[in-house]
Amino acid sequence: MSGNSIRGRTAIVGIGGAGWGEAPGRTAIELLADAALAAIEDAGLELKDIDGLCAATSVHAFPTLSVAEYLGIKPTFFDGTNIGGSSFVMHLLQAALALDAGLCNAVLICYGSNQRTAGGRLISMSEPQWHEKPYKPRHPITSYALAAQRHMYEFGTTREMLADIAVAARQWANLNPNAFARGPLTREDVLNSRMVSDPLTSRDCCLVTDGGAACVMVRADRAKSLKKKPVYVLGVGGAHSHRSITQMADLTRTAAAESGPRAFAMAGLKPSDVDLVMLYDAFTITTLLFLEDLGFCPKGEGGRFVQDGAIAPGGKLAVNTNGGGLSCVHPGMYGLFLILEAVTQIRGEAGARQLKTCDIALCHGNGGTLSSQVTAILGSEATL
Amino acid sequence: MILKEAPGPGPEQEFRSYLSEGRFMIQRSRFSGRYVFFPRVAEPESGRSDLEWVEASGFGTVYSITVNRTREGSYNIALIELDEGPRLMSRVEGVETVPIGTRVKARITEIDGEPAVVFDVVREGGAA
Repeated sequence: MSGNSIRGRTAIVGIGGAGWGEAPGRTAIELLADAALAAIEDAGLELKDIDGLCAATSVHAFPTLSVAEYLGIKPTFFDGTNIGGSSFVMHLLQAALALDAGLCNAVLICYGSNQRTAGGRLISMSEPQWHEKPYKPRHPITSYALAAQRHMYEFGTTREMLADIAVAARQWANLNPNAFARGPLTREDVLNSRMVSDPLTSRDCCLVTDGGAACVMVRADRAKSLKKKPVYVLGVGGAHSHRSITQMADLTRTAAAESGPRAFAMAGLKPSDVDLVMLYDAFTITTLLFLEDLGFCPKGEGGRFVQDGAIAPGGKLAVNTNGGGLSCVHPGMYGLFLILEAVTQIRGEAGARQLKTCDIALCHGNGGTLSSQVTAILGSEATL
Repeated sequence: MILKEAPGPGPEQEFRSYLSEGRFMIQRSRFSGRYVFFPRVAEPESGRSDLEWVEASGFGTVYSITVNRTREGSYNIALIELDEGPRLMSRVEGVETVPIGTRVKARITEIDGEPAVVFDVVREGGAA
Protein backbone atom coordinates (compact mmCIF):
# COMPACT_ATOMS: atom_id res chain seq x y z
CA MET A 1 0.00 0.00 0.00
CA SER A 2 2.93 2.33 -0.54
CA GLY A 3 1.27 4.18 -3.42
CA ASN A 4 4.43 3.88 -5.49
CA SER A 5 2.42 4.06 -8.67
CA ILE A 6 2.31 7.87 -8.53
CA ARG A 7 5.98 8.41 -7.64
CA GLY A 8 7.42 10.91 -10.10
CA ARG A 9 4.28 10.88 -12.28
CA THR A 10 3.63 14.58 -11.75
CA ALA A 11 5.78 17.68 -11.37
CA ILE A 12 5.68 21.25 -10.17
CA VAL A 13 6.42 23.39 -13.19
CA GLY A 14 5.61 26.91 -12.05
CA ILE A 15 5.86 28.87 -8.81
CA GLY A 16 4.86 32.40 -7.95
CA GLY A 17 4.44 34.77 -5.05
CA ALA A 18 3.03 38.22 -4.39
CA GLY A 19 3.28 40.88 -1.72
CA TRP A 20 5.43 38.97 0.77
CA GLY A 21 5.81 41.00 3.93
CA GLU A 22 3.56 44.04 3.69
CA ALA A 23 1.09 44.70 0.91
CA PRO A 24 -0.94 47.69 2.04
CA GLY A 25 -4.26 48.17 0.29
CA ARG A 26 -4.35 44.66 -1.17
CA THR A 27 -6.97 42.07 -0.29
CA ALA A 28 -6.28 38.37 0.29
CA ILE A 29 -7.71 37.30 -3.06
CA GLU A 30 -5.85 40.02 -4.92
CA LEU A 31 -2.57 38.67 -3.51
CA LEU A 32 -3.67 35.11 -4.29
CA ALA A 33 -4.55 36.01 -7.89
CA ASP A 34 -1.28 37.88 -8.45
CA ALA A 35 0.66 34.87 -7.15
CA ALA A 36 -1.41 32.47 -9.27
CA LEU A 37 -0.79 34.43 -12.46
CA ALA A 38 2.92 34.63 -11.61
CA ALA A 39 3.09 30.84 -11.17
CA ILE A 40 1.29 30.24 -14.46
CA GLU A 41 3.66 32.63 -16.27
CA ASP A 42 6.67 30.97 -14.60
CA ALA A 43 5.47 27.65 -16.03
CA GLY A 44 5.09 29.11 -19.50
CA LEU A 45 1.39 28.32 -19.46
CA GLU A 46 -1.69 30.48 -19.82
CA LEU A 47 -4.62 30.90 -17.49
CA LYS A 48 -6.87 29.03 -19.93
CA ASP A 49 -4.63 25.96 -19.53
CA ILE A 50 -5.61 25.60 -15.85
CA ASP A 51 -8.34 22.99 -15.38
CA GLY A 52 -7.57 21.88 -11.82
CA LEU A 53 -7.75 24.07 -8.74
CA CYS A 54 -6.73 23.59 -5.12
CA ALA A 55 -7.04 26.45 -2.64
CA ALA A 56 -7.38 27.24 1.03
CA THR A 57 -7.35 30.56 2.88
CA SER A 58 -8.28 31.90 6.31
CA VAL A 59 -11.03 34.11 4.95
CA HIS A 60 -12.91 32.11 2.30
CA ALA A 61 -15.47 29.52 3.37
CA PHE A 62 -15.55 28.11 -0.19
CA PRO A 63 -12.05 28.87 -1.45
CA THR A 64 -12.17 27.10 -4.82
CA LEU A 65 -15.46 28.85 -5.67
CA SER A 66 -14.01 32.26 -4.82
CA VAL A 67 -10.77 31.67 -6.70
CA ALA A 68 -12.40 30.12 -9.79
CA GLU A 69 -14.81 33.05 -10.02
CA TYR A 70 -12.09 35.66 -9.51
CA LEU A 71 -9.75 34.21 -12.12
CA GLY A 72 -12.53 33.13 -14.47
CA ILE A 73 -11.67 29.46 -14.66
CA LYS A 74 -13.96 26.43 -14.71
CA PRO A 75 -11.98 23.59 -13.20
CA THR A 76 -12.89 19.96 -13.89
CA PHE A 77 -11.11 18.99 -10.67
CA PHE A 78 -11.10 21.06 -7.48
CA ASP A 79 -10.23 20.55 -3.85
CA GLY A 80 -10.66 23.08 -1.05
CA THR A 81 -9.62 20.77 1.77
CA ASN A 82 -8.70 22.89 4.78
CA ILE A 83 -6.69 21.20 7.53
CA GLY A 84 -4.86 24.40 8.47
CA GLY A 85 -1.44 25.48 7.26
CA SER A 86 -0.57 22.00 5.98
CA SER A 87 -3.47 22.05 3.49
CA PHE A 88 -1.30 22.93 0.49
CA VAL A 89 1.11 20.06 1.08
CA MET A 90 -1.95 17.77 1.09
CA HIS A 91 -3.13 19.47 -2.12
CA LEU A 92 0.03 18.12 -3.79
CA LEU A 93 -1.29 14.61 -3.21
CA GLN A 94 -4.83 15.41 -4.37
CA ALA A 95 -3.44 17.13 -7.48
CA ALA A 96 -1.06 14.25 -8.23
CA LEU A 97 -3.89 11.72 -7.96
CA ALA A 98 -6.25 13.79 -10.11
CA LEU A 99 -3.62 14.44 -12.79
CA ASP A 100 -2.57 10.80 -12.86
CA ALA A 101 -6.19 9.72 -13.18
CA GLY A 102 -6.66 12.10 -16.10
CA LEU A 103 -9.31 14.19 -14.35
CA CYS A 104 -7.46 17.35 -15.35
CA ASN A 105 -4.23 18.47 -17.05
CA ALA A 106 -2.86 21.44 -15.10
CA VAL A 107 -3.57 22.11 -11.43
CA LEU A 108 -3.14 25.48 -9.75
CA ILE A 109 -2.54 25.34 -5.97
CA CYS A 110 -2.92 28.78 -4.42
CA TYR A 111 -3.21 30.91 -1.28
CA GLY A 112 -3.35 34.56 -0.26
CA SER A 113 -3.62 36.60 2.92
CA ASN A 114 -3.43 40.26 3.94
CA GLN A 115 -3.50 39.56 7.67
CA ARG A 116 -0.64 41.91 8.53
CA THR A 117 -2.00 45.07 6.96
CA ALA A 118 -5.61 44.08 7.69
CA GLY A 119 -5.06 44.01 11.45
CA GLY A 120 -1.61 42.78 12.34
CA ARG A 121 -2.96 39.66 13.97
CA LEU A 122 -3.31 36.07 12.94
CA ILE A 123 -6.62 35.66 11.16
CA SER A 124 -8.29 32.31 11.68
CA MET A 125 -11.67 30.77 10.90
CA SER A 126 -10.95 28.09 13.51
CA GLU A 127 -13.87 27.78 15.92
CA PRO A 128 -13.28 27.61 19.71
CA GLN A 129 -13.60 24.17 21.32
CA TRP A 130 -16.47 24.37 23.82
CA HIS A 131 -14.64 22.45 26.57
CA GLU A 132 -11.58 24.72 26.28
CA LYS A 133 -13.34 28.06 25.92
CA PRO A 134 -13.82 29.02 29.61
CA TYR A 135 -10.05 28.94 30.17
CA LYS A 136 -9.40 31.43 27.34
CA PRO A 137 -6.61 29.68 25.46
CA ARG A 138 -4.99 31.93 22.88
CA HIS A 139 -4.53 29.42 20.09
CA PRO A 140 -2.39 28.65 18.35
CA ILE A 141 0.33 29.81 20.74
CA THR A 142 -1.22 28.27 23.86
CA SER A 143 -1.08 24.78 22.36
CA TYR A 144 2.48 25.13 21.12
CA ALA A 145 3.62 26.56 24.46
CA LEU A 146 2.06 23.56 26.23
CA ALA A 147 3.95 21.22 23.87
CA ALA A 148 7.21 23.11 24.44
CA GLN A 149 6.81 22.96 28.23
CA ARG A 150 6.21 19.25 28.09
CA HIS A 151 9.23 18.69 25.82
CA MET A 152 11.43 20.64 28.24
CA TYR A 153 10.08 18.59 31.15
CA GLU A 154 10.58 15.21 29.50
CA PHE A 155 13.86 15.73 27.66
CA GLY A 156 15.68 18.62 29.30
CA THR A 157 15.21 20.86 26.27
CA THR A 158 16.08 24.47 27.13
CA ARG A 159 14.92 27.90 26.03
CA GLU A 160 18.43 28.44 24.67
CA MET A 161 18.03 25.45 22.34
CA LEU A 162 14.72 26.82 21.09
CA ALA A 163 16.34 30.23 20.62
CA ASP A 164 19.02 28.71 18.41
CA ILE A 165 16.26 27.63 15.99
CA ALA A 166 15.11 31.26 15.64
CA VAL A 167 18.71 32.41 15.19
CA ALA A 168 19.37 29.81 12.45
CA ALA A 169 16.19 30.88 10.63
CA ARG A 170 17.32 34.52 10.76
CA GLN A 171 20.75 33.66 9.40
CA TRP A 172 19.14 31.97 6.42
CA ALA A 173 16.76 34.93 5.98
CA ASN A 174 19.77 37.22 5.85
CA LEU A 175 20.80 35.40 2.64
CA ASN A 176 17.31 35.76 1.13
CA PRO A 177 16.38 39.14 -0.38
CA ASN A 178 12.69 38.10 -0.28
CA ALA A 179 12.68 37.50 3.49
CA PHE A 180 10.70 40.00 5.55
CA ALA A 181 12.70 39.89 8.80
CA ARG A 182 16.39 40.46 8.19
CA GLY A 183 19.24 41.77 10.31
CA PRO A 184 21.19 40.45 13.28
CA LEU A 185 19.47 38.24 15.83
CA THR A 186 21.28 36.57 18.74
CA ARG A 187 20.30 33.87 21.19
CA GLU A 188 20.14 36.59 23.88
CA ASP A 189 17.81 38.70 21.70
CA VAL A 190 15.39 35.77 21.55
CA LEU A 191 15.65 35.01 25.27
CA ASN A 192 15.19 38.68 26.23
CA SER A 193 12.27 39.44 23.95
CA ARG A 194 8.76 39.68 25.36
CA MET A 195 7.43 36.48 26.95
CA VAL A 196 4.12 35.71 25.25
CA SER A 197 3.19 32.29 26.57
CA ASP A 198 5.76 30.48 28.71
CA PRO A 199 8.27 29.34 27.49
CA LEU A 200 7.76 31.04 24.10
CA THR A 201 8.82 34.65 23.55
CA SER A 202 7.77 36.84 20.65
CA ARG A 203 10.94 35.70 18.82
CA ASP A 204 9.93 32.06 19.21
CA CYS A 205 6.84 32.91 17.16
CA CYS A 206 6.45 33.12 13.40
CA LEU A 207 5.98 36.43 11.65
CA VAL A 208 2.61 37.95 10.89
CA THR A 209 2.94 39.04 7.26
CA ASP A 210 0.88 39.44 4.11
CA GLY A 211 1.53 37.31 1.06
CA GLY A 212 0.26 35.20 -1.80
CA ALA A 213 1.75 31.97 -3.10
CA ALA A 214 0.94 29.54 -5.88
CA CYS A 215 2.31 26.61 -7.83
CA VAL A 216 1.28 24.76 -10.97
CA MET A 217 1.44 20.99 -11.43
CA VAL A 218 1.21 18.88 -14.59
CA ARG A 219 1.94 15.26 -15.53
CA ALA A 220 5.63 14.42 -15.87
CA ASP A 221 5.49 13.79 -19.62
CA ARG A 222 4.24 17.33 -20.26
CA ALA A 223 6.54 18.86 -17.65
CA LYS A 224 9.64 18.11 -19.71
CA SER A 225 8.50 20.35 -22.56
CA LEU A 226 7.75 23.39 -20.38
CA LYS A 227 9.90 26.42 -19.60
CA LYS A 228 11.41 25.52 -16.23
CA LYS A 229 13.26 22.50 -14.85
CA PRO A 230 10.49 20.26 -13.45
CA VAL A 231 10.42 19.37 -9.78
CA TYR A 232 8.85 15.95 -9.37
CA VAL A 233 6.44 14.85 -6.66
CA LEU A 234 8.04 11.67 -5.32
CA GLY A 235 5.93 11.01 -2.26
CA VAL A 236 3.26 12.57 -0.05
CA GLY A 237 1.69 11.32 3.16
CA GLY A 238 -0.66 12.93 5.65
CA ALA A 239 -1.92 12.12 9.14
CA HIS A 240 -4.42 13.53 11.65
CA SER A 241 -4.02 13.22 15.39
CA HIS A 242 -6.55 15.52 17.08
CA ARG A 243 -8.55 18.72 16.82
CA SER A 244 -8.20 19.96 20.41
CA ILE A 245 -4.79 19.94 22.07
CA THR A 246 -6.49 18.23 25.05
CA GLN A 247 -6.92 15.13 22.87
CA MET A 248 -3.30 14.87 21.64
CA ALA A 249 -2.10 11.61 23.13
CA ASP A 250 1.49 12.78 23.74
CA LEU A 251 2.41 16.45 23.34
CA THR A 252 6.00 15.54 22.45
CA ARG A 253 5.11 13.14 19.62
CA THR A 254 3.32 14.49 16.56
CA ALA A 255 1.62 12.66 13.70
CA ALA A 256 4.64 13.62 11.57
CA ALA A 257 5.91 10.25 12.82
CA GLU A 258 3.15 8.73 10.64
CA SER A 259 3.06 11.14 7.68
CA GLY A 260 6.85 11.04 7.25
CA PRO A 261 7.20 7.27 6.82
CA ARG A 262 4.20 7.29 4.44
CA ALA A 263 5.85 9.90 2.24
CA PHE A 264 9.26 8.21 2.41
CA ALA A 265 7.72 4.84 1.52
CA MET A 266 6.01 6.31 -1.55
CA ALA A 267 9.25 8.01 -2.59
CA GLY A 268 11.41 4.95 -1.85
CA LEU A 269 13.75 7.19 0.16
CA LYS A 270 14.95 7.72 3.73
CA PRO A 271 15.82 10.79 5.83
CA SER A 272 19.55 10.52 5.11
CA ASP A 273 18.79 10.94 1.37
CA VAL A 274 17.32 14.41 1.89
CA ASP A 275 19.35 17.48 0.85
CA LEU A 276 16.91 20.15 2.07
CA VAL A 277 14.47 19.95 4.97
CA MET A 278 11.61 22.47 4.90
CA LEU A 279 9.69 22.30 8.18
CA TYR A 280 6.65 24.35 9.11
CA ASP A 281 8.11 26.62 11.82
CA ALA A 282 5.05 28.32 13.26
CA PHE A 283 7.01 28.38 16.52
CA THR A 284 10.57 27.30 17.32
CA ILE A 285 9.25 24.16 19.02
CA THR A 286 7.68 22.87 15.79
CA THR A 287 11.03 22.73 13.97
CA LEU A 288 12.40 20.68 16.84
CA LEU A 289 9.42 18.28 17.03
CA PHE A 290 9.45 17.62 13.29
CA LEU A 291 13.22 17.00 13.14
CA GLU A 292 12.62 14.26 15.71
CA ASP A 293 9.37 12.84 14.37
CA LEU A 294 10.60 12.74 10.76
CA GLY A 295 13.70 10.79 11.79
CA PHE A 296 16.47 13.40 11.43
CA CYS A 297 17.43 12.86 15.08
CA PRO A 298 16.23 10.60 17.90
CA LYS A 299 13.15 11.53 19.96
CA GLY A 300 14.10 13.94 22.68
CA GLU A 301 17.39 14.94 21.03
CA GLY A 302 16.01 17.78 18.88
CA GLY A 303 17.20 20.47 21.27
CA ARG A 304 20.75 19.18 21.35
CA PHE A 305 20.63 18.55 17.57
CA VAL A 306 19.88 22.18 16.67
CA GLN A 307 22.39 23.78 19.04
CA ASP A 308 25.21 26.03 17.95
CA GLY A 309 24.36 26.56 14.31
CA ALA A 310 23.72 22.96 13.27
CA ILE A 311 20.74 23.99 11.10
CA ALA A 312 22.07 27.46 10.21
CA PRO A 313 23.95 28.22 6.95
CA GLY A 314 27.05 26.01 6.86
CA GLY A 315 25.58 23.63 9.46
CA LYS A 316 25.20 19.86 9.30
CA LEU A 317 21.62 19.89 7.94
CA ALA A 318 20.02 22.51 5.67
CA VAL A 319 16.71 23.44 7.29
CA ASN A 320 14.34 26.23 6.19
CA THR A 321 16.77 27.95 3.85
CA ASN A 322 14.29 30.75 3.01
CA GLY A 323 14.33 31.89 6.65
CA GLY A 324 11.13 30.02 7.47
CA GLY A 325 7.93 31.28 8.97
CA LEU A 326 10.09 32.70 11.72
CA SER A 327 11.98 35.16 9.51
CA CYS A 328 10.90 34.95 5.84
CA VAL A 329 7.13 35.07 5.51
CA HIS A 330 4.08 33.78 7.40
CA PRO A 331 0.70 35.11 6.28
CA GLY A 332 -1.21 32.68 8.53
CA MET A 333 -1.12 29.45 6.49
CA TYR A 334 2.48 28.85 5.50
CA GLY A 335 2.43 25.40 3.84
CA LEU A 336 2.71 26.55 0.24
CA PHE A 337 5.79 28.64 1.01
CA LEU A 338 7.65 25.45 2.01
CA ILE A 339 6.99 24.08 -1.46
CA LEU A 340 8.10 27.28 -3.19
CA GLU A 341 11.47 27.26 -1.42
CA ALA A 342 12.00 23.55 -2.14
CA VAL A 343 11.32 24.11 -5.84
CA THR A 344 13.59 27.18 -5.89
CA GLN A 345 16.45 25.16 -4.36
CA ILE A 346 15.98 22.10 -6.60
CA ARG A 347 15.93 24.38 -9.66
CA GLY A 348 19.15 26.01 -8.48
CA GLU A 349 17.56 29.48 -8.34
CA ALA A 350 18.20 30.26 -4.67
CA GLY A 351 21.03 32.79 -5.13
CA ALA A 352 23.23 33.41 -2.09
CA ARG A 353 21.49 30.69 -0.10
CA GLN A 354 21.65 28.06 -2.85
CA LEU A 355 22.70 24.64 -1.57
CA LYS A 356 25.59 22.99 -3.44
CA THR A 357 23.57 19.85 -3.94
CA CYS A 358 19.80 19.87 -3.82
CA ASP A 359 18.15 16.99 -5.61
CA ILE A 360 15.80 15.87 -2.84
CA ALA A 361 13.77 18.18 -0.62
CA LEU A 362 11.33 17.32 2.13
CA CYS A 363 8.45 19.70 2.84
CA HIS A 364 6.59 19.19 6.08
CA GLY A 365 3.33 21.01 6.72
CA ASN A 366 1.62 21.40 10.07
CA GLY A 367 -1.97 22.45 10.63
CA GLY A 368 -4.21 23.47 13.52
CA THR A 369 -2.58 22.93 16.90
CA LEU A 370 -0.12 20.19 15.86
CA SER A 371 -3.30 18.54 14.55
CA SER A 372 -2.65 17.68 10.92
CA GLN A 373 0.75 16.68 9.58
CA VAL A 374 1.61 16.30 5.90
CA THR A 375 4.99 15.39 4.45
CA ALA A 376 5.95 15.70 0.79
CA ILE A 377 9.17 14.69 -0.88
CA LEU A 378 10.15 16.50 -4.05
CA GLY A 379 12.99 15.67 -6.38
CA SER A 380 14.96 16.74 -9.44
CA GLU A 381 15.03 14.75 -12.67
CA ALA A 382 18.07 12.87 -11.31
CA THR A 383 15.83 11.22 -8.67
CA LEU A 384 13.46 9.58 -11.16
CA MET B 1 -30.77 2.67 6.45
CA ILE B 2 -30.60 2.84 10.20
CA LEU B 3 -32.24 5.99 11.52
CA LYS B 4 -31.45 6.66 15.18
CA GLU B 5 -33.80 8.49 17.48
CA ALA B 6 -32.13 11.47 19.15
CA PRO B 7 -34.33 12.29 22.11
CA GLY B 8 -33.53 14.68 24.90
CA PRO B 9 -30.27 16.43 25.67
CA GLY B 10 -26.99 15.15 24.26
CA PRO B 11 -23.83 14.51 26.29
CA GLU B 12 -22.55 18.09 26.04
CA GLN B 13 -25.76 19.52 27.50
CA GLU B 14 -25.93 16.75 30.12
CA PHE B 15 -22.38 17.59 31.24
CA ARG B 16 -23.28 21.26 31.60
CA SER B 17 -26.44 20.35 33.57
CA TYR B 18 -24.44 18.21 36.02
CA LEU B 19 -21.94 21.02 36.39
CA SER B 20 -24.68 23.52 37.25
CA GLU B 21 -25.77 21.05 39.98
CA GLY B 22 -22.22 21.15 41.35
CA ARG B 23 -21.19 17.75 39.99
CA PHE B 24 -18.09 17.12 37.84
CA MET B 25 -19.11 14.10 35.80
CA ILE B 26 -17.16 12.19 33.15
CA GLN B 27 -18.15 9.26 30.98
CA ARG B 28 -17.08 5.62 31.19
CA SER B 29 -17.65 2.74 28.79
CA ARG B 30 -19.58 -0.06 30.51
CA PHE B 31 -17.77 -2.62 28.37
CA SER B 32 -14.16 -1.43 28.42
CA GLY B 33 -14.15 0.61 31.63
CA ARG B 34 -12.32 3.36 29.74
CA TYR B 35 -13.06 6.91 30.87
CA VAL B 36 -13.88 9.55 28.27
CA PHE B 37 -13.63 13.35 28.33
CA PHE B 38 -14.81 15.58 26.60
CA PRO B 39 -18.30 14.06 26.59
CA ARG B 40 -19.41 12.26 23.42
CA VAL B 41 -22.15 10.00 22.11
CA ALA B 42 -19.78 7.03 21.86
CA GLU B 43 -16.40 5.78 23.02
CA PRO B 44 -13.68 6.95 20.62
CA GLU B 45 -12.09 4.23 18.48
CA SER B 46 -14.51 1.42 19.42
CA GLY B 47 -17.62 3.46 18.63
CA ARG B 48 -19.45 1.73 21.50
CA SER B 49 -22.40 3.84 22.62
CA ASP B 50 -22.37 2.35 26.12
CA LEU B 51 -21.07 5.42 27.92
CA GLU B 52 -22.41 6.05 31.42
CA TRP B 53 -21.90 9.09 33.61
CA VAL B 54 -19.73 8.72 36.70
CA GLU B 55 -18.53 11.27 39.19
CA ALA B 56 -14.88 12.23 38.61
CA SER B 57 -12.61 11.71 41.61
CA GLY B 58 -11.44 15.25 40.95
CA PHE B 59 -7.81 14.32 41.51
CA GLY B 60 -5.32 14.82 38.76
CA THR B 61 -1.80 15.84 37.76
CA VAL B 62 -0.57 18.82 35.77
CA TYR B 63 0.46 17.39 32.37
CA SER B 64 1.55 20.75 30.99
CA ILE B 65 0.99 24.41 31.80
CA THR B 66 1.66 27.81 30.25
CA VAL B 67 1.14 31.40 31.37
CA ASN B 68 -0.58 33.60 28.84
CA ARG B 69 0.97 37.06 29.27
CA THR B 70 -0.87 40.11 28.02
CA ARG B 71 -0.83 43.81 28.81
CA GLU B 72 -4.13 43.33 30.63
CA GLY B 73 -2.66 40.66 32.91
CA SER B 74 -1.47 37.09 33.02
CA TYR B 75 -3.23 33.79 33.68
CA ASN B 76 -2.29 30.15 33.40
CA ILE B 77 -3.77 27.54 31.09
CA ALA B 78 -3.12 23.93 32.05
CA LEU B 79 -3.69 20.46 30.71
CA ILE B 80 -4.75 18.28 33.63
CA GLU B 81 -4.53 14.52 33.45
CA LEU B 82 -7.30 13.13 35.62
CA ASP B 83 -6.50 10.08 37.73
CA GLU B 84 -9.12 8.28 35.63
CA GLY B 85 -7.01 8.90 32.49
CA PRO B 86 -8.56 11.59 30.31
CA ARG B 87 -7.00 15.02 29.93
CA LEU B 88 -8.79 18.34 29.99
CA MET B 89 -7.97 22.00 29.68
CA SER B 90 -8.38 24.07 32.83
CA ARG B 91 -6.46 26.42 35.08
CA VAL B 92 -4.72 26.08 38.42
CA GLU B 93 -6.08 28.73 40.76
CA GLY B 94 -4.23 30.73 43.39
CA VAL B 95 -0.81 30.48 41.73
CA GLU B 96 0.85 32.04 38.69
CA THR B 97 2.11 28.63 37.59
CA VAL B 98 3.19 25.27 39.03
CA PRO B 99 5.66 22.59 37.92
CA ILE B 100 4.49 19.82 35.61
CA GLY B 101 3.62 16.82 37.75
CA THR B 102 1.98 18.87 40.50
CA ARG B 103 -1.00 17.10 42.11
CA VAL B 104 -4.26 19.04 41.84
CA LYS B 105 -7.91 18.66 42.80
CA ALA B 106 -10.97 19.88 40.91
CA ARG B 107 -13.37 22.51 42.17
CA ILE B 108 -16.42 23.92 40.43
CA THR B 109 -16.51 27.67 40.13
CA GLU B 110 -18.09 30.21 37.83
CA ILE B 111 -16.32 31.68 34.81
CA ASP B 112 -18.11 34.39 32.82
CA GLY B 113 -21.38 33.48 34.51
CA GLU B 114 -21.16 29.76 33.67
CA PRO B 115 -20.12 26.89 35.95
CA ALA B 116 -16.65 25.58 35.12
CA VAL B 117 -14.10 23.14 36.54
CA VAL B 118 -10.86 24.65 37.88
CA PHE B 119 -8.10 23.05 39.96
CA ASP B 120 -6.31 23.80 43.23
CA VAL B 121 -2.90 22.51 44.24
CA VAL B 122 -3.15 19.56 46.63
CA ARG B 123 -1.19 20.47 49.77
CA GLU B 124 0.63 17.82 51.76
CA GLY B 125 -1.78 15.57 53.57
CA GLY B 126 -4.06 15.48 50.55
CA ALA B 127 -6.45 18.35 51.26
CA ALA B 128 -6.91 20.85 48.46
